[in-house]
Amino acid sequence: MLEKNTVAPDFTLFATPDQKVTLSEFKGRNVILAFYPADWSPVCSDQMALYNEMLKYFKKYDAELFAISVDSKWCHLAFSQSRNLHFPLLADFEPKGGVAKKYDVYNENEGQCNRALFVIDKEGIIQWSYKSPTAVNPGADGILDTLENLKIK
Amino acid sequence: MSLKIPVSTTDHAQGNLNADLVIVEYGDYQCSYCGAAYPVLKKLLKKFSGEVKFVFRNFPLSEMHEYALPAAIAAEAASLQDKFWEMHDAIYENQQYLDDLYLFKMAEEIGLDMEKFKSDIQKEELANKIDADFQGGVISGVNGTPSFYVNGKKFDAGAEDLFKLFIK
Repeated sequence: MLEKNTVAPDFTLFATPDQKVTLSEFKGRNVILAFYPADWSPVCSDQMALYNEMLKYFKKYDAELFAISVDSKWCHLAFSQSRNLHFPLLADFEPKGGVAKKYDVYNENEGQCNRALFVIDKEGIIQWSYKSPTAVNPGADGILDTLENLKIK
Repeated sequence: MSLKIPVSTTDHAQGNLNADLVIVEYGDYQCSYCGAAYPVLKKLLKKFSGEVKFVFRNFPLSEMHEYALPAAIAAEAASLQDKFWEMHDAIYENQQYLDDLYLFKMAEEIGLDMEKFKSDIQKEELANKIDADFQGGVISGVNGTPSFYVNGKKFDAGAEDLFKLFIK
């Protein structure tokens, strides 16, 4: 997994069936990347439900949240609608897990992303990364701690 | 993971308020897992009421649960009439019927002054208290509901497992 002080590898992924997101376009803002194994599995859903409530707090820190899994854009669309999610789910679908591999959080055995979090600062540098056991929802305390420290800096 | 906001007199507490053992629950009134934990906690408190202080804090996932926040506000409003636990219990015991109207009905059933209740639920301070509970929960590592803390440490297991704390 990429560690603190590494330049965050750039990527472009589908966020909706007709819109793409490029990481480098968010320079000047903080970015949270939440890699997760799959849409619909129970723990992820809890995690995404929590982040859905957290958006107003992330906003206070000028931070944009992107969740990333290997599911396709259509799967993301259905999942997002079903859970009423208000943040983009990016499809690391073609080549499968390509971005997860760049961040070294791809699980070859499962063919899924590991459950991993990255906080990237306004200059595009990784300031915090965390890998959680797949079955454990990592919460949001580590993200908030990092954003708070970035604010003080 | 530890509780970042210490238990204080502003918390809703029951049981033995001076007990050495303090259990804090972060809960959502519409969450079915919290609903399932409710009778277990009730049983635990009945059996060990002298040995434990039990605190409830709000953690409404309001984007997913439409009535979680209104229910939390109703319970906080009931608290202003010293009937927090009556409302808390009434909501969990009737969770499947939860909606705005039902909250008013329950408020009436537990004997609240309805004029006061209707005015109190509009108060910003109640929403702020719930928000403060939520934020405190997040920084303490609450990752879903219910989340329990035992003497300030996160308890990564279900309500049933809390009984093990009492085996001597």
